[in-house]
Amino acid sequence: MIQLTINGLSTSVEEGSTILEAARFLGFPIPTLCHLDGLTPSGNCRLCVVEIGEGERARLVSSCTYRAEPGLKVRTSSERVVKARRMIIELLLASCPQSKVIQDLASAHGVRRQRFRQEYEDCILCGRCVRMCEEQMMAKAIGFRGRGERRSIGTPFDVQSDVCRLCGGCLYVCPACQLRCTYTEPEKAVCGGCANIAPPCIEKEQFSDLMCYMDPCVACEIQKDQ
Amino acid sequence: MNNKQLDSIIDKYHDQPGGLIGLLEETQGLLGYLPEYVLRAISEKTGRPLADVYGVATFYRAFSLKPRGRHLALICLGTACHVRGAPRIVEEFEKHLGVKAGETTKDKEFTVETVNCLGACALGPTVVVDGRYYSHVSRRKVREIIAQTKRGQETGDPAADRRLVPMEASCPACGQSLMDGKHPTEGRPSISLEFLSDGGGGRLHLSSLYGSPVAEWEPAPPPSSPVSAVVLCCPHCGKEFESRSLCAECGADMALLRIHGGFHLEICTVPACRGRLLSLIPTPAEKRT
Repeated sequence: MIQLTINGLSTSVEEGSTILEAARFLGFPIPTLCHLDGLTPSGNCRLCVVEIGEGERARLVSSCTYRAEPGLKVRTSSERVVKARRMIIELLLASCPQSKVIQDLASAHGVRRQRFRQEYEDCILCGRCVRMCEEQMMAKAIGFRGRGERRSIGTPFDVQSDVCRLCGGCLYVCPACQLRCTYTEPEKAVCGGCANIAPPCIEKEQFSDLMCYMDPCVACEIQKDQ
Repeated sequence: MNNKQLDSIIDKYHDQPGGLIGLLEETQGLLGYLPEYVLRAISEKTGRPLADVYGVATFYRAFSLKPRGRHLALICLGTACHVRGAPRIVEEFEKHLGVKAGETTKDKEFTVETVNCLGACALGPTVVVDGRYYSHVSRRKVREIIAQTKRGQETGDPAADRRLVPMEASCPACGQSLMDGKHPTEGRPSISLEFLSDGGGGRLHLSSLYGSPVAEWEPAPPPSSPVSAVVLCCPHCGKEFESRSLCAECGADMALLRIHGGFHLEICTVPACRGRLLSLIPTPAEKRT
């Protein structure tokens, strides 16, 4: 067993467990995106950052891949962590604003603006589908391809894979392509619907165009009541 | 490439962890690029998922899934080269060869590619053509580089070419050194031999850099002999160098010299021919039947 301190609370966890597991055991919430129980952690999205160490030597690590060490001091929501986390969400919003998962994260963490050049990607390269395909479906039909800005996920040579069984597991775990939130103005990156008591979309005239799937989205709930 | 060749390469790397890169490298060395059927065959034979093989092949810039030309020009676009004008070098290459970066000319002679850093930032802008580095490349130099590559790179400056290997030759019969410091060629002692032809005899000074075509005849061989073979012999013991094989270029006898380190150098006995062969597998002369 390994003794470590999380947010001042000391706990002991089994050897080999990660900071994320230890923090969840204690009930400290750490947001995750590329992490999925049952798949090997990959530390791709960096959303689960926590601060370890003290003073000048404190640094940010991804809690899903960092193994618990004896005497480790972890802070899961220090100012530095919250700032980094918001920045990560903002960057995710910049590349993939139409994902419900990311919009929910933005609302939950108080991200109200997006200051970067807006892109409309279908994929945030979190690799959930790749790991799902390989580890749970034992197929490895899809994988990462290329590098840098040309990195993408897909089948080799972009043709249907011989080993794909069309199970749909990749779609099931995808945080970017499930339930897109488009709001009434898709070019506005941050919806923020569920974080506002007075949702901005209700005041619009094109109410019938409302396509916000946020759950629980105030705007959507009101529409249901009427 | 046939299946046997691929099988032997796969066997070589099969047990090594991380052997996939070496395997792909060697396969590309044979074919010049990695066609789809080869990647599929590698995946099938090694048992690795095709997605993995494809992922590695597309990740590294060294691998190409498209056929490349006979010559490969890599233009560095790293930060240091970029600020020193590498994008203009790319433009110049594109203009002279009529292709965009990443493409191959129609005659399959040249492929132009950009790379992100070659690690030779102090020499920038850097261009590598067929493994040869050109430093401080200017727009003007681009034309020279292309011309030189088309001409064949052995005509380049031998002192600057690190790929030319200096050799120490000796006579296989008497074992005495053939190196002649009194008659240097290309700044190094030459390999000095005696030659006999119908018009008389003289000295032949070969460059001791392997790959260099420099050969000085003293006196010049008679006009009849550039096409007919001469007799090459050792200046110390006077014995004719034996011939173990025929020149691949003209079919004449090759004279066999011993090279320091247990290798053999075979040179064509026809003065006009530039047939040279460095045998890297040490084969004892006695084995000849």
